[in-house]
Amino acid sequence: MSLRAPLARVLGYGSTQDGVHHWRAQRLTAYALVPLTVWLMIALIRVPLGDYAAVTAWIAGGWNPVLLCLAVLAMSWHSQLGVQVVIEDYVHNAAAKGTLLLLSKFGHVLLAAAGVFAILRVAFGAAT
Amino acid sequence: MRARPLSPHLSVYRFMHTMALSILHRITGLYMALGLLLLVAWLMAAAQGEDSYELFVARWSGGLVRLLLMGWLAAFTYHFMNGIRHLFWDAGIAIERVPSRRSAWLVIAATVIALALSGYLLFCPVAGAP
Repeated sequence: MSLRAPLARVLGYGSTQDGVHHWRAQRLTAYALVPLTVWLMIALIRVPLGDYAAVTAWIAGGWNPVLLCLAVLAMSWHSQLGVQVVIEDYVHNAAAKGTLLLLSKFGHVLLAAAGVFAILRVAFGAAT
Repeated sequence: MRARPLSPHLSVYRFMHTMALSILHRITGLYMALGLLLLVAWLMAAAQGEDSYELFVARWSGGLVRLLLMGWLAAFTYHFMNGIRHLFWDAGIAIERVPSRRSAWLVIAATVIALALSGYLLFCPVAGAP
């Protein structure tokens, strides 16, 4: 009879199914970003970016704020997943890796929050 | 921790254009992460009123910025096309040697076209410079 605890037998020996979650989230956001980024790119080329009134009117118009929010959220999530893998693959110092991963996560959440806030501010400002 | 098995290092393999594409996917992805930063800064500037927006546009409209924007458009096209290539592979489609090399050239061609088009949009005054 072995005296080893079941936990000791699995720790450090690979998958706990967590990798699948990362992979699926990356694909899910990729699917979402196919239509969203095409829409965003076409809009960014068509809207006269130097004209404040035209830009805010576009941000606030119709379904645009909703799609913009979804685009910013999906891009932030997808970007976070991608940057995370790059850090994990190329930064080997444990302390530097942990710090960078934390900074990247916080940074991406900040981008998502700021982006959504800015879009809503323009959209609600235009409605009043 | 015990030494884990390592896969062979890159230098073992004969260079293929598909290898350049593989690392380019990560490079363009990182570049677009920086682009996301600019996009959010742009939205923030618009949210803070006309003055801050004008300031933002003035700061971000030089020739060098246009070059960077051109890079973002090309990086987007590349990452988008190559990403779709990945999504097809996920479904087991065109993942074999010959079709994956062929689709690689397709991605390269699309990126070159996007690069030319974005150069035209950003540097040709007739196209209504943004």
